[in-house]
Parts: sequence; C-alpha cells; structure tokens
Amino acid sequence: MPTALEIVSPEKLLLARPVDMVVIPAADGELGVLPGHAPMIVLLRGGVIRLYEGAQVISRLFVDSGFAEITPERCTVLADQAIPIAELSKTAAGQRLAEAEAAYAAVDKFDNLARETAMGRLQSAHAMVEAAEAS
Amino acid sequence: MATLKSLRMRINSVKSTQKITSAMKMVAASKLRRAQTQVEAARPYAMRMQRMLAALAANVAGSPTAPAMLVGTGREQTHLLVAITADRGLAGAFNSSVGRATRALALRLAAEGKTVKIIAVGRKGREYLRRDLAHAMVGDFSFAGKRTLEFADAAPVAERIAEMFQRGEFDVCTLIYNRFVSVISQVTTQTRLIPTPLPEAEAEAAGPHAVYEFEPDEETLLARLLPQNLAVQIYGALLESAAGEHGARMTAMDNATRNAGDMINRLSLIYNRTRQANITKELIEIISGAEAV
Repeated sequence: MPTALEIVSPEKLLLARPVDMVVIPAADGELGVLPGHAPMIVLLRGGVIRLYEGAQVISRLFVDSGFAEITPERCTVLADQAIPIAELSKTAAGQRLAEAEAAYAAVDKFDNLARETAMGRLQSAHAMVEAAEAS
Repeated sequence: MATLKSLRMRINSVKSTQKITSAMKMVAASKLRRAQTQVEAARPYAMRMQRMLAALAANVAGSPTAPAMLVGTGREQTHLLVAITADRGLAGAFNSSVGRATRALALRLAAEGKTVKIIAVGRKGREYLRRDLAHAMVGDFSFAGKRTLEFADAAPVAERIAEMFQRGEFDVCTLIYNRFVSVISQVTTQTRLIPTPLPEAEAEAAGPHAVYEFEPDEETLLARLLPQNLAVQIYGALLESAAGEHGARMTAMDNATRNAGDMINRLSLIYNRTRQANITKELIEIISGAEAV
C-alpha cells in the first residue's frame, strides 16, 4: 500500500498522489517516509522533497519551509510554496540568498526569535541555490 | 407639470444608470466566481493545519509552558478587534453590518470596563470606525487595487497582530468579518483568534487520536505553527469577505437595475400621457378655432 502524499499551500492543494516513498527535509535532517511510518508531526526547513516510485525518483520539488504530518497511511506537507526543481532559476535563487544575507546581517543578534527567523531564511535560500545548481 | 423635454432627459439619465448598475452586476458575478474558487482552494490547508494544531494542543494542554498564544494570557482586560470590510462601497449593507457589529462589540466591552483596540482591514471599515472610535484605532490595512488576494497579503496583518501580542498589548483578539453563505446571504461572524480556539468536538468525533511523535519538541513546533495558523485564519476570513463582498454587490446591483427599470416604466407612462394630453389639447384648440369661424 503506497503512502498518500499531499502537498498543500495556503492558496491551494498543490499535489496529491500515491508514492512508494517520499523524502522530506525535516528540520533535524532528511526524513524518508515509507508506508507504515510511525505518526509524526515535523517542522521542515528549506530543501528538496523527493518522490519515489520503486527505487526511481519521479519528481523533485523545492519547499522553503513548512510542516509535515505523517501517519501510517499518508504524508501531508504544509508548505508556503513548492516549486518543481526544473522551474527553479539560479538568478532568482541567488537574489534570494543575497536578500537573506542582508536581512541576517541587519538583524539584532540579541533578539533570539528574529535571529532564528533570519537564520531559517538564510538556510532556505542556501538550499534553494543548491537545488537550482543541481538541476 | 413636467415638460416633455425634461421627462425625456430624466428617462435617459435613468437608462444610463441602469446600464452602469447592470454592468457592475455582471462584473461582480464574474469576480464572485473567482473568489469562490479561491475560498474552496484555501480550505484543504486550513483543515490540515487545524488537525495538526489539535494534535499538538492536546499534547501541551495543561502544561505550564504552553505558549500564551494558544492558551491566552490568563487575563481578559484588553481586547483587540480586527474588522474586515471591503475597500469599495455599493454593496448594500455589506460594509456597514461589519462596522455596526464592531462598534456594538467595542461599546459593550468598553461598558464592561475593558480596553478596546481596533485594527481595520479595508478602507470602508476604517472610514466607518474612524468616526467615533478613532481613539481606539491602532492600525489599518487596505488591499485597494489588488486584483486577487494572495496569502502574502494576509501575512503583514498576522505579523502585526503577533507582534502586538508579543509586546503584551492585548489579551484577546477577535476577528469580525462577513462570512459568505450564498449570493443573497452574508453572515457577520465573530471569530476568536487569540487564545486559539480548538475544534474539540471534531477531534473527539474522529475517535481516539493517533499518538504523534514530534520533531523538534512541541513548543518549538507550536511557536512556528501558531503564527502560521493566525495568518491562515486571516487569509481565510479575507477570502470569505471578498466572496461575500462580490455576492452582496451582485444582489445590490441586481436590485438597483430592477428599480431603475421600474422607474423607467413609470416615467415612460407619464411621458406618454403628457404627450397625448398635449396632442389632445392642440386638437381641441384647432377644432374650437375652426368652429368659431
């Protein structure tokens, strides 16, 4: 029984399909989800979601942050946006990295929450550039 | 009695008004369709977010470290009201009903000795509330000139609210907006945003919850999920309100078109009567002139 994967943005359901395995970029490291996975709720960081059918990667999508709910039957990803890797542009990613770096440099280092937000954005931008270059 | 010329001019003017109102109705109808699809499309995310939130909240319930945004500050002294209206009028009672509900709530809370702060989203609401609640206004937002609402539009509103909450500027936050029920019915709704209400009945109906593992821990997750939930709630309300606005405008313009039609009929009747009376009068003059000879 394959896992029912759903990727949802606040604006619409982006993708819903059964997959044999999906690898999601959890905050503490990549997480492979197979059918029958223990129920989990995880925070995502910027990175690439890989969809597997058999041992084959059938699709790769970049998400910048979000949450995922995993149950034995399904995997629901709540992301602000999910972009197919092929549609990522290096220039846009580079620009985003520059913006995130500027924002990080400007942030008050003693304000923990603001620093963490800026760090998250920086990490996400790095991941986007990487993903764009790999494609 | 009105002259024929002035009657003709009035009929023409009402006819052009009718053209405008019926065009506005068409525009509202097509915008309504788009707004409705947007509302539908936004539902899955909100539903799933509620599910996650319920699971998380069940885990931290009763814990002393539960975030204040979820359980409240423990006081109910300062209320923040967020009123969502449209940026444009000509939509019947759409804007004023939210304005009136907000005003009534603000006055009631003030009478109970509570402090009230108001954020107006939408130009019409701001204008309405500024009249006698200007002292309570702490901010306003407007999306005038935007063709379609995006999630990014709701984010600044949510950020502002979260920021105010962090600084302890209010204890309870209530959202007031028009919920779209059907084209002829928009219900003014009040929703509690902070402390976050949880769909308990729903969760229980779904049977015993699966025991989730959390990564990272519940608090870190909630710290990220709650502000996001706030933004999602506001986005949902904005979409409902937008759909409601177009529905209300469509109904209002439909009525206006029909009224203009009635008026044209009435004026045409008067016009024809006057014309016939004039002809009769002229005939009488000619005949009596001829008889006199």
